[in-house]
Amino acid sequence: MSQHEIALTVNGRARRARVPARMSLVDFLRDELRLTGTHVGCEHGVCGACSVLMEGRPVRSCLVFAVQAEGTEIITVEGLAPDAEGLSILQDSFWELHALQCGYCTPGMLIAAHALLARNSAPSEDEIREAIGGNLCRCTGYKQIVDAVSLAARRMRGANRPEDAR
Amino acid sequence: MKAAEFDYERPASLADAVAILAAKGADAKIIAGGQTLVPLMAMRLARPALLVDINRIAELQGISREGAFVAIRACTRQADALAHASVRADAPLLAKALAFVGHGQTRNRGTVGGSLANADPAAEIGLAALALDAEVEARSAKGTRTIALREFFKGAMETAIHPEECLVAVRFPVWPGRVGAGFHEVSVRASDFAFLAVAAQVELDAGGQCRRAALSIGGAAMMPRRIGAAEARLAGTRLEASDIAQAAGLAAAALDGADDAHGSARYRRRVAMVLAERALAEARDEALSR
Repeated sequence: MSQHEIALTVNGRARRARVPARMSLVDFLRDELRLTGTHVGCEHGVCGACSVLMEGRPVRSCLVFAVQAEGTEIITVEGLAPDAEGLSILQDSFWELHALQCGYCTPGMLIAAHALLARNSAPSEDEIREAIGGNLCRCTGYKQIVDAVSLAARRMRGANRPEDAR
Repeated sequence: MKAAEFDYERPASLADAVAILAAKGADAKIIAGGQTLVPLMAMRLARPALLVDINRIAELQGISREGAFVAIRACTRQADALAHASVRADAPLLAKALAFVGHGQTRNRGTVGGSLANADPAAEIGLAALALDAEVEARSAKGTRTIALREFFKGAMETAIHPEECLVAVRFPVWPGRVGAGFHEVSVRASDFAFLAVAAQVELDAGGQCRRAALSIGGAAMMPRRIGAAEARLAGTRLEASDIAQAAGLAAAALDGADDAHGSARYRRRVAMVLAERALAEARDEALSR
């Protein structure tokens, strides 16, 4: 089994490590970097709980080996908040509308929704549902999650469009 | 649910990649987007001794028009192909099929070549490629060869690509003129594996008569198949509802898959008939609007 030196950027911070080839990116993030916000659910690409942004795009970190992330920029759920104490507008909307119950799917949902709002500031309900279509939630029935993403979109647009801010 | 141990190499060029494959043979496995292979490794259904990572090879990236073909290099991400103007304009059936491939997070990583090379019986890209008579370019240390899609699939998860070969590109013929496409599938939830999928593309002449039609069905058996009898029934017609209904009936009758956990063969034939009608009608209407 081969071991590999990797260097990558995680949430803006340069990281170096030596990893076995078989280590998944999600295990690297959680077990080596202790970034346990990203959850590992099914480990075979079905549930979406392990979603992270890789080069700005949401991917499943259980389907990428850590060695393959060499030289890339990764953002995990910990990287979405403006600081250690605060929440992003999206995270705050999830909290306010109770868009989580057990919280297992939440990091993946936030990553998927964050990526959606980065490219579409006014998504329709169908577009929101499409964006989180690869993320399983067994608690909420998805309604509050869709509502929270929609609320976050309105609030984020509100920065430029006062009519949205109510 | 974690992959077994393996060695890993990340060649910088196609020549280096095929040299490794030539030396290691069947012990080596190419990894591109990993969206099919890594789940198989996690479930220990695949246990390659060596992974050859082709993600950083520049020669395997990108989409270009090559004469009468749209050429998609093997490591092009499905999301990039879906967003590409030339794919939408020149291979409308592929564009429609790509929207059904997994979901955003897997399309961001999964590749066009990887979907073909893994040959899942329910995969959409292979289904569209088969309908359009696409061709695959494969390279080994000995040279390059071209494989017609009709010769490509050999069984569930089996293709004509040899262990020492790397799939380099797939070329989709561009249909000129008034062309329309339709793609429909049934699955448990959007973006899940299809129980049955139908791909159709038609070309009309100026008067609205069908110059040619292509129809393929996937998910019903171990590999996708073309429905030549339905295509022959449609050529030369005006694609009236009765023509399409009869062609769809021929498509359903041509299926010979067995019952499985997701549905009976009878159910699949019924779904095939309905989806073939929808896909052909959509393709016709789209062509008429051009």
